[in-house]
Amino acid sequence: MSERPRLGVFKFASCDGCQLALLDAEDQLLQLAGAVRIAYFLEASSRIEPGPYDIALVEGSITTPADAERIQQIRRDAKFLVTIGACATAGGIQALRNWSDTDEFLRAVYARPEYISTLATSTAIADHVRVDFELRGCPINQQQLIEVLQSLLAGRRPRTPTHSICLDCKRRGTVCVMVAAGTPCLGPVTQAGCGAICPAYDRGCYGCYGPAVQANLASLTTHLIAKGEAREKVVYRLRGFNGYSPEFRAESDRLESIEEREG
Amino acid sequence: MPNENAAVSKRLPDSDGNPQQSHFVATEAFASIFEVLQGKGYTVIGPTIDQHAIVYDQVRSLQDLPQGWTDRQGAGEYRLERRDDNALFGYVVGPHSWKHFLFPPAMTVATADKTASGWTFQTPEDDPPKYAFLGVRACELAAMRVQDRVFMAGPYVDPAYHQRRSGALIIAVNCSQAAPTCFCTSMGTGPQCTSGFDLALTELTDGFVIAAATRDGEEILSELKSRPATVEELRQAAAVTQRAAEQVERRLDTTNIRDVLFANLDHPRWDDVAQRCLSCANCTMVCPTCFCSSVQEVSDLSGQHVERQRQWDSCFNFDFSYMNGGVIRDTTRSRYRQWLTHKLASWIDQFGSSGCVGCGRCIAWCPVGIDLTEEVAAIREPTS
Amino acid sequence: MSIPASTTPSSSQQVPNPWQAHAVSIRSIQQEIDGVSTYDLAFDNAAADGTYRFSPGQFNMLYLPGAGEIAISVSDDPARSASSCRHTVRTAGNVTRTLGKLQPGDTLGLRGPFGTAWPMADCIGRDVIIVAGGIGLAPLRPAIYTLLRERRCYGRLNLLLGARSPGTLLYRSEFAQWEERGLVVQTTVDQSTPDWTGNVGVVTLLLERLRSFDPTNSVLLCCGPEVMMKFTAVTAQHRGIPPERIWISMERNMQCAVGLCGHCQWGPEFVCKDGPVFRYDRIARWIDVERL
Ligand SMILES: Cc1cc2nc3c(=O)[nH]c(=O)nc-3n(C[C@H](O)[C@H](O)[C@H](O)COP(=O)(O)OP(=O)(O)OC[C@H]3O[C@@H](n4cnc5c(N)ncnc54)[C@H](O)[C@@H]3O)c2cc1C
Ligand code: SF4
Ligand code: SF4
Ligand code: SF4
Ligand code: SF4
Ligand code: FES
Repeated sequence: MSERPRLGVFKFASCDGCQLALLDAEDQLLQLAGAVRIAYFLEASSRIEPGPYDIALVEGSITTPADAERIQQIRRDAKFLVTIGACATAGGIQALRNWSDTDEFLRAVYARPEYISTLATSTAIADHVRVDFELRGCPINQQQLIEVLQSLLAGRRPRTPTHSICLDCKRRGTVCVMVAAGTPCLGPVTQAGCGAICPAYDRGCYGCYGPAVQANLASLTTHLIAKGEAREKVVYRLRGFNGYSPEFRAESDRLESIEEREG
Repeated sequence: MPNENAAVSKRLPDSDGNPQQSHFVATEAFASIFEVLQGKGYTVIGPTIDQHAIVYDQVRSLQDLPQGWTDRQGAGEYRLERRDDNALFGYVVGPHSWKHFLFPPAMTVATADKTASGWTFQTPEDDPPKYAFLGVRACELAAMRVQDRVFMAGPYVDPAYHQRRSGALIIAVNCSQAAPTCFCTSMGTGPQCTSGFDLALTELTDGFVIAAATRDGEEILSELKSRPATVEELRQAAAVTQRAAEQVERRLDTTNIRDVLFANLDHPRWDDVAQRCLSCANCTMVCPTCFCSSVQEVSDLSGQHVERQRQWDSCFNFDFSYMNGGVIRDTTRSRYRQWLTHKLASWIDQFGSSGCVGCGRCIAWCPVGIDLTEEVAAIREPTS
Repeated sequence: MSIPASTTPSSSQQVPNPWQAHAVSIRSIQQEIDGVSTYDLAFDNAAADGTYRFSPGQFNMLYLPGAGEIAISVSDDPARSASSCRHTVRTAGNVTRTLGKLQPGDTLGLRGPFGTAWPMADCIGRDVIIVAGGIGLAPLRPAIYTLLRERRCYGRLNLLLGARSPGTLLYRSEFAQWEERGLVVQTTVDQSTPDWTGNVGVVTLLLERLRSFDPTNSVLLCCGPEVMMKFTAVTAQHRGIPPERIWISMERNMQCAVGLCGHCQWGPEFVCKDGPVFRYDRIARWIDVERL
């Protein structure tokens, strides 16, 4: 290969979490490199090179009409498009607005709402363009990011675990907070990636890495409710960083509709 | 070994069925066992309180043991509670099992390094501590026997397990109580410790009745301040285990279990349990006999040094049965069926015994309280 | 009265480490068909060189550091040489793609041989029918070489080979030589091409029509996709071959290849050590169970 693979990093609506993980990883990225040419990374340098890009890392969700346009161009320019973080993969915490009236928000927050151009929803990148690989997490795990890039550079398909958080709790010897302390936990339905940090600090999992493969949400929520958690609190629990992922969304909507039916 | 009182000792047969004399060691004298073991180079692993539970970890003195604590267990539930006495071993079994130490959850099994002449391959030196396991229950001794067959009896021996297991000293404790999750009596594994230990203890109010079953065990016993146990102490010790046996209420009907399960691979109950099962793998992780693992490549940034890391894995994981053509067990139904039929049926074909020792961990530590004894009972019900 | 020294269960003390890989280097690469190449791997270590022995049907674990380790059958002649052996690999995913980028002289790791073998001794004095689908011919090639070496020991020899299309018939260049030495080769394809004048359809059709064998004195060896093996076994039994003379080679996810990791379980069987070659009557019960 004469030319190093070109990497672009693109940002949409998001906080700084994943960006920090990226910047923190920059040293390692550069080491990985000699291997890559960073062709577009506004947050790290002012260099802007036009596409095509071999690898595009996309952070953030689509919340404005302009975003919806821009992602189409990035897709056209990218050979392999990787979304990173809960915003890009599931719409992020800002997707909470999908359950409410955006205009009302605007009027409440801004003095001149007519200057604000926004969509009614915050949606995942995959709702707009084809995505080649999703790196989950809020924020993403730096080691996983390196593994993804290392794999892509070596011409392999990245492999990140799809198992539940529980498995990692057990491997590290953490005692289950749900069983031993009655603390509600989303771990059994959440994909691994963080290393099961929260239960190790005596908290339930918040679902930062999104739904585990074939997550059985109905069984877990039924159990939480049977153990005494109010249904609306379970809905609230599901509507976190990955609340708008299809699985979590369907379950919180289902619980809410029961609520409405029952008055 | 002197044995003046064979008639009495026979009530507590040791692992060979050879009567060894039981001794009595007062609690204060027992405290010195830590020094004795450390003096012989052992790292002592035993029960201790951590994270709302009695776990197995390194213990250095009597103070580290869960004196005066017990556990209350049910399906999907475990709570620590105060006892009204000062028992050291007055609990049942917790979230950890000894497999954490014999079969580490993660370890490097091989390495590869790129040199000028190409890749070279090594297996790293493995220098585990010499463990003394303190407080091993009868069902756990049975679980070790099961894993011994898995890891050491086949044509290939697992080097990590073999090394840890060969060096380990086992100090068993006869259970003084049973949890509602226990069903060792159905599996024929407890609550009495009958073989597979160096020393076996039975806790009485002010000390222990101790029997040695091996020369290693005898040597340790000889360094503790002890005296031959009295007939009354032996009677009390027998009553302790008797009480535990009577407390075991849960039953698993093992009659023809292998054939019953294999004849029911299409039973509607598998769909039913799949509605509840989270496929989270907790049951397999806490099970003291589950042995599955997978190997991951961990390479440094340059890609010139690669470690092959073996980690605990589980048949509940979607990727577990991945093949390029597709995942074989791609439904929770098929994965739960794999777990249950492996534990209770195919294990018998593979290793000549059940893969379940009746410890009840999978029942207590299932986040939604799925109970395999109930599932088996339902499968045994004739379907219409 | 004896008392054991410790509780350590007896087991041989000098245990070889099953995770230790041998370094091998690629002696040559031959492309067979689109996406399938044969790699001749030579032992780099003098100690391993010349001592490697395998039986037809056994497999090795090929290890590409960073990419992973995969099960690949030995496709060589067991009598050829002990200093190198050939493996025929279809490009599927990560590891096989990485292998595809290597050149002669490059090194990789090898552990093996593992698993059960085809019942060559059982074939003596009998007609032998080999049924293969696609890449499934690779683990059968060592059996073919073995049969042809001592041709007079066996009865009539038939190879029934199915492939997706004419272009994906494996080892086609060897057919003439095999036929010459007394193996009747019949092929069929799922999708025909304009220049194809041969059979079209599933391989079991060839078995249904086969005349030149005595069902009461035949052995059938089969490797291919699972459904194909299942239907081959059914057809073979219809044709009168008893289940205890039908053999199939199974495939499952493999991590350790030595019966320690649990991945390859198929009902009570460990495909890595109880298989991959199974006598049909032993596993007939399991082959019909979905998602086992
Ligand atoms: C006993 C046995 C003999 C085999 N012989 C041959 C052969 O001679 N030629 C050949 O081309 N192929 C053979 N295969 C299949 C070969 O192992 C897979 O095609 C290969 O593992 C795919 O790996 P990958 O990394 O390229 O694919 P990916 O899809 O990226 O797989 C990733 C990983 O999953 C596992 N895996 C994936 N597919 C399989 C599979 N089919 N079987 C077992 N594990 C799998 C491996 O650990 C692999 O590294 C054999 C398989 C078995 C079990
Ligand atoms: S603490 Fe949560 S993630 Fe950990 S094992 Fe329990 S339920 Fe699973
Ligand atoms: S299956 Fe359950 S009860 Fe049986 S040994 Fe395993 S964890 Fe204990
Ligand atoms: S039950 Fe599952 S995890 Fe446990 S040993 Fe069997 S296959 Fe492995
Ligand atoms: S039975 Fe319970 S612990 Fe086991 S995988 Fe299912 S939900 Fe998890
Ligand atoms: S591949 Fe590990 S047990 Fe068969």
